Amino acid sequence: MNALKKAKSFANKFATNWAKFVIKRKWPVLLVTLALAMGLASKGNMEFDGDYHVFFSKSNPELEAFDALQEKFTKDDNVILVLTPSNKNIFTKENLTAIEELTAEAWNTPYSSRVDAITNFQYTRAEGDDLYVDDLSYESTLKSEEEIAKIKEVALKEPLLVDRIINREGSVTAINITVKLPGLDVNEIPQEVTPFVRNMISDFKEKHPDFEIHSSGLIPMNTAFFEASMKDMMLTMIMLVIVIITTLILTRNFYSMLATLVVVMFSIISAVGFVGIMGIKLTPPSAVFPTMILTLAVADSIHILVTMLQKMRKDGLNKVDALVESMRLNFMPVFITSLTTIIGFLTMNFGDVPPFWDLGNITAFGMMMAFLFSTTTLPALMAILPVKATAKQQEREKKKTGWYTSMGNFVVKQPVRLAIVSIVVISGLTYLANKNVFNDEFINYFDKTVEFRNNTDYISENLTGIYNVEYAIGSGESGGINNPEYLKNLNAFEDWLKAQPEVIHVSAFSEVARRVNRSMHGDDEAYYRVPDNREEAAQYLLLYELSLPFGLDLNNQINVDKSETRVTATIDNISSAEMIAFSKRGEKWLRDNTPEPMHAIGVSPTLMFSKLGFRQADSMFNGNIVALILISLVLMIALRSFKLGLLSIIPNVTPVLVGFGIWFLYKGQINTGMVIVFGMTLGIIVDDTVHFMSKFLRARRELGYDAKQAVIYAFETVGKALVTTTIVLIAGFAVLSTSSFALNSYMARITVIIIIAALIIDFILLPSLLILTAKKEKPVVIEEPQPQVVLNK
Amino acid sequence: MKKIIVLTLATLSTVLLHAQSAEARGLEIAKAAEQADLGFGSSIVELKMVLKNKNGQTSERSLMTKTLELTEDGDKSLIVFNSPKDVKGTSTLTFTHKIGSDDQWLFLPSIKRVKRISSNNKSGPFVGSEFAYEDLSSQEVEKYTYKFLEEKGDLLIVEQDPVDPKSGYTRRVITYNKNKGYRIEKAEFYDRKNALLKTLTYSDYKLYKNKFWRAGTFHMVNHQSNKETLLHFNNYNFDANLTEDDFTQVALQRAGK
Repeated sequence: MNALKKAKSFANKFATNWAKFVIKRKWPVLLVTLALAMGLASKGNMEFDGDYHVFFSKSNPELEAFDALQEKFTKDDNVILVLTPSNKNIFTKENLTAIEELTAEAWNTPYSSRVDAITNFQYTRAEGDDLYVDDLSYESTLKSEEEIAKIKEVALKEPLLVDRIINREGSVTAINITVKLPGLDVNEIPQEVTPFVRNMISDFKEKHPDFEIHSSGLIPMNTAFFEASMKDMMLTMIMLVIVIITTLILTRNFYSMLATLVVVMFSIISAVGFVGIMGIKLTPPSAVFPTMILTLAVADSIHILVTMLQKMRKDGLNKVDALVESMRLNFMPVFITSLTTIIGFLTMNFGDVPPFWDLGNITAFGMMMAFLFSTTTLPALMAILPVKATAKQQEREKKKTGWYTSMGNFVVKQPVRLAIVSIVVISGLTYLANKNVFNDEFINYFDKTVEFRNNTDYISENLTGIYNVEYAIGSGESGGINNPEYLKNLNAFEDWLKAQPEVIHVSAFSEVARRVNRSMHGDDEAYYRVPDNREEAAQYLLLYELSLPFGLDLNNQINVDKSETRVTATIDNISSAEMIAFSKRGEKWLRDNTPEPMHAIGVSPTLMFSKLGFRQADSMFNGNIVALILISLVLMIALRSFKLGLLSIIPNVTPVLVGFGIWFLYKGQINTGMVIVFGMTLGIIVDDTVHFMSKFLRARRELGYDAKQAVIYAFETVGKALVTTTIVLIAGFAVLSTSSFALNSYMARITVIIIIAALIIDFILLPSLLILTAKKEKPVVIEEPQPQVVLNK
Repeated sequence: MKKIIVLTLATLSTVLLHAQSAEARGLEIAKAAEQADLGFGSSIVELKMVLKNKNGQTSERSLMTKTLELTEDGDKSLIVFNSPKDVKGTSTLTFTHKIGSDDQWLFLPSIKRVKRISSNNKSGPFVGSEFAYEDLSSQEVEKYTYKFLEEKGDLLIVEQDPVDPKSGYTRRVITYNKNKGYRIEKAEFYDRKNALLKTLTYSDYKLYKNKFWRAGTFHMVNHQSNKETLLHFNNYNFDANLTEDDFTQVALQRAGK
């Protein structure tokens, strides 16, 4: 007890001395912290990275498999331009000419390596022993009616084109630009490819106003990621306005608002410096850090300021005394809540999604700086600024604890009933929480305010799918892709894929083999099958390859050694779970029906995203446990009570369960961004518990109240503070929830739910439990006052 | 008076020389290179092609090439594949034309037939390598327009723009060695968007018959895909005295057996 007392008084002394020191040396303190913030800010460098690869850690097995496939064949990032002529007929001289023109222009796209369009499709036909290979529509301006009719007939029968480059009606067509990025600079896409493509589109629209044009593909997706990051960063401005208003309302003092603003701005620019020093490239999840820091850091300042002003207005202390007293009372609580928040954010490092590591680390650093500035810059500034309490304000402070007292009385009257009701509601929602399913359909990451989403939806409704699954099918020997056995199996796999309901289009080498075989037999349809002799197949392939033009070769389908080929299945918009199931079905079919070298696993960006949520959840599980243990330990130490530390787990964990339960009723689908909320919100909502429990303990230990009185005391003293910080947090996350990017908006929305749930639980379930668990104990002996709890005000 | 005329003429010619400089000098160099190689008659050479991808995985093909020099039109050539096994005996016969697209036939031993490939496509990769057919076919002066760029010691650097609209390139930049019979030391290829696509370096040059420089190794590097292809030439034979009869469809069938 004595040791505790010493520690306690040491902490008090430390905080008091700290405050006195800061106030005495207010100018130097202000200048040093200003220099620190500016110094960090000068290292600041915010670069954005829109590459979807950033979502996958280096060791992500899906990414490794996909990269391996791209190494074997070609690395394809693409832009797909979808053209819809107003006359709903691609096959007119004017329209084909326009498409041919745009195709030629598309070759000028920076880093482009290939352009596929209806006009440059390599149409193969035979006349006797002559083999003709040429663009389907070359110099379209010179085509006659009959020739165009023939082009239409060929195109709409061509399996390589239909549902990929042209729709079945021949009214919508695509130009697919494959881009091979050197990957040396993050600005390759935003500053080179995207501006070029956008210019090309607008020039084309000007010249051909009767074409509608939509663009999608991995490059526009990167751009959308990039632009989402920038847009989300702009949310900071809105949050800043909210901070100003909230601080003004809560403190009713202009200088307090000003000082708070300085503290949060210092914290943010320091975090920006951290970003620059660590060389972090911002992504949509991590680009929200300024709003996060604003939201969380403002609470520190508000606690200190509100107490200070209260002491001035209510207790009539002078400014300096009020400031010292406020610092003495708040130093430890602010330290502990900062600590738990930092722990919560740092646990994001346990996950498997790098942008969230960045978010966690940047925010944790920002919170550390916020603690530092709140305890240095803030008191220094308040000491400098001419803050006064008016008589009118002093008057007003005195009434209004009424609502919180009746709330306390309400709980105290029926703790058993409230506990039971709470537990029933929480159990019900926990049950529902488990029924949420992961869905990381990356197109749906963007809401309908984003052009990319709308364009992509248009394309999937009118032409082809956006999602795909790819298999690198090996033959087990050099040149083995010409083995008739291999070709037959490949062909069977192609057929099987085509028969699957979710498949829109299949591109496989067996199709090439069939087509060439037919051409080698005078275009006889009976020979539209894979060759049955290895030499024949190999020599046909050699002949065919010799006849292909620049950029339209088979290197994207066949590896150098001719031992493997690539099968690409284009898929409907289906959920992550269905996508994973589909790819597994394909893998199983290969295992059941083909020899071992042909067994391949499905890979693609779509699949990588599909599995991302599960992977993140698995890896975050440990992180969450660690966060829970660490934060509970912090609570035990802070409250100096093992029992209450354990009890605190209930109000700390249940809000998350309740949050996900309500989410099930709201959406039912969760994404990768939401996996991190457990650790993150734990660090935030724990503050409520800490404040409430510490007041409860203070009443029990120092004032000798029984449990019921202590609960009412806690409501009266801390109720308002909890409500106001909750409001600030809700405001911050509500701002984030307007993000057009679902990883951020869903995360923010569920956080709002969790924070509200936390407050309700802390006001209903926690006091009930405190009363119920205290029942068996004898009232604390009054004669021996316990040391004052750390966390009091 | 005479002096003045001579002087005037001299000045005029230097001025003219400079005025026509870039384009004409480029053409001049190309013609000089053609001239220097004139009269080899015919040649036979074996070559090994090594394809390498980014990760260093390799794949090999071996071929034999016969070339017949023609002056009034482009050269004729015959290529026979010896490996991989499943294309052994497959042969191509090509008549390059100074103007218009080339004629090409392919003999497929598996079906024992000659197929004519009618295609304007010469820009695609040659058997999966980083060489386009247009990089390997006979280099006729008429197929490009020229622009002299610079002179570095013995090296003359000339830009060449293909006449064929279906070429995969906007231009090539060729480095000739003036003192070594205008042999080519290096070629850089720029793709349709005028970005550097590939670099071809010639090495292990040997002088045959005291006149004809032939490189023993062609090394093509694709800067965009990071793949590369090596061609190793072996046993140049300039004494076979091939004739037009060795470059017919019948000869093509025979070669493949």
